[in-house]
Amino acid sequence: MTAPTTSSGDIDAGIPPESPAARDARWGRPRTPMSLLGPRGASPWVGRLVFVAAVVLLFAGPELIADPTRLRQWAEYLCYAMIAVGVDLAWGYGGMLVLGQGVFFGLGAYAMGMHLSLEQTGPGQLPQFMSLYSDYSELPLLWRPFEHLWFAAAAAVVVPVLVAAALGWLVFRRRIRGPYFAILTQATALVFWLLLVGQLQLTAGTNGLTNFSEIFGRSKYEPGTNEFLYYLAAGGLLVVVVLASQLVRSRYGRLLIATRDGEDRVRFLGYDPAVTKTVAFAVAAGMAGLAGALVAPIIGIVAPNQFAVLPSIIMIVWVAVGGRGTIIGALLGALAVSYLKTRVSETRPDDWQYFQGLLFVVVIAYVPGGLVGVARGSWLRGRRLLGSRGQRGDVSPPRPTRGTTEVTA
Amino acid sequence: MEALLEQIFNGVSLGSILLIVALGLSFSFGQMGVINMAHGELIMIGAYTPYFLQSESGWFDGGAAGTAFVVALPLGFLAAGLVGVAMERTLLRRMVGRPLDTLLVTFGVSLILQQAARDTFGAPNVDVVSPTWLTGRWELLGVVMPHRRLFIIALVMLAVAALSAFLATRPEGRRMRAVMQNRDLAEVSGLSTRRVDRTTFFLGSALAGLAGVAVSLVGSVGSQVGTGYIVDAFLVVIVGGLGKLRGAIVGALALGLLNAFSEFWTSASIGKAVVFVAVIAFLQFRPNGLVSFRTRGLVA
Repeated sequence: MTAPTTSSGDIDAGIPPESPAARDARWGRPRTPMSLLGPRGASPWVGRLVFVAAVVLLFAGPELIADPTRLRQWAEYLCYAMIAVGVDLAWGYGGMLVLGQGVFFGLGAYAMGMHLSLEQTGPGQLPQFMSLYSDYSELPLLWRPFEHLWFAAAAAVVVPVLVAAALGWLVFRRRIRGPYFAILTQATALVFWLLLVGQLQLTAGTNGLTNFSEIFGRSKYEPGTNEFLYYLAAGGLLVVVVLASQLVRSRYGRLLIATRDGEDRVRFLGYDPAVTKTVAFAVAAGMAGLAGALVAPIIGIVAPNQFAVLPSIIMIVWVAVGGRGTIIGALLGALAVSYLKTRVSETRPDDWQYFQGLLFVVVIAYVPGGLVGVARGSWLRGRRLLGSRGQRGDVSPPRPTRGTTEVTA
Repeated sequence: MEALLEQIFNGVSLGSILLIVALGLSFSFGQMGVINMAHGELIMIGAYTPYFLQSESGWFDGGAAGTAFVVALPLGFLAAGLVGVAMERTLLRRMVGRPLDTLLVTFGVSLILQQAARDTFGAPNVDVVSPTWLTGRWELLGVVMPHRRLFIIALVMLAVAALSAFLATRPEGRRMRAVMQNRDLAEVSGLSTRRVDRTTFFLGSALAGLAGVAVSLVGSVGSQVGTGYIVDAFLVVIVGGLGKLRGAIVGALALGLLNAFSEFWTSASIGKAVVFVAVIAFLQFRPNGLVSFRTRGLVA
């Protein structure tokens, strides 16, 4: 994190050492990394059981939700959860505030949207908008490979990863971080939006790609298509969650958290933070790209406004509301906020903006731990309360949870 | 040749708006570590001020639109400044040293302010009546220079001159510079950094309000009027360096000209991409921007 006004970073000879706690208080840093806040005392089997139950619930979705419109919406939310997990990896675990995830989401969505447009028009035909907006007589070179599903699916993930890796490497190598990085990613979202709107002979401009009646060889109206898309999204989410949780538990995950909490120290220990951060940024981009590829057939339209500056920032709200630095928090936050958004905008569309703004202000200013932080806090407090009430005279001090103070110093 | 001169004029015109917007951002970030995403909405407040005076208040009916505009200049300055101070006192005070969180909180504020503007003034864009003495144009070497654009350039030059005089001579200005350069040292020397923070934030926000009144001359006014400038203004801050007048001036002019020329040579959408790539390339050589306080320390 940049401390813009101090004369230097962590080592400044001649200044009497300040206790880590005092330093944190002065800088208002979170005393404990969110990811390590929780009580981890319970048996690992509890976590595994919860995971299995969640997966069963996830795949039981079509049985539980009868209304096809709602099922489609939930499939959409699952894609948003994938993005949120990626954002959490970059922001919650890596400390990089990414304000341009919409770009990667959009790259994935356009890759798949191009394929779906071509699938609908049939081989050798131009998509409808091209005959309106352009004078192409045959399919432009950029579009041609997207006739193949395998290419579109691969490009939806690979292109975002490559773009993010290139941008991340250029920026992190020069130690541009904190707010500067955030602003640059926001600028990418603006540029991306302008390009999509401006290059309308290739992208159909503000209208976007739409009318996908053929989806992966089946008709949109065929029974079972909704369920099929839901299962695809659920499968994608499962892959993303497993990948992310394995990643943050690995040695690399430790390094990423360490880079977030003390980038200079990590550098002194001989690691290159630029590599660590670039990897996390690229993986997050890949997750957003996958989500884009899966969301395109679900919502049936791929248009620039879905990937502009504002939607990119809403991806941050998902993670902030759920609890940054926890995979489960990011996931639940995305589902909860998206569900709430649908519900509020169905009844009172104008108020959603106020609601969303307030959500930002309240969560960031007053509940930085999000839903998971609140849940953990009350669980800890409850346990302490119960413990002291149950066995009077034997009030052991609350067991320090793993790595509470050492990591932040 | 004429096209070239015209782009230079356009670039300077855009650059001057970016400059006055970026100054507020640069000061609040450089001094307090606050990234104010609601800065665009302070511009919006300024831009709605002349509209409010001309069309809603009823005080300037009967052809006094020009007077209303002149009154709007100090009023927009004040209104945006006060909203900024209110924001600083209620929210930003709580988040010292968490720049990324200030970014998100102020973004929430900006969403609320935008919706509030839509509810108050209606969703469609509105137009401000230009004073009659600003409707003309000059032609010089074939370049058409509307008086409105010249007025904005002059206004910005005046504001920047006043600001630099304020920073150089007034005690409040010197305190601002002191806190910006070294907060700890200023604090142990007996300055009330909180009070200085408030002055800085007021000034930065008020300048955004003034910019808003100015841009209401060259386009229609809506709830999104500020968002169009804000990303570019942040790029100016990144390129120019933090909290330095000189860096902001050079950065704003450079980006304004770059924008004008790349949009002229390519198209509006590709032009922006060219500017972005140029900024990334520039940061490879000067990651701290053009002008930077930092001569030693860990942040390269």
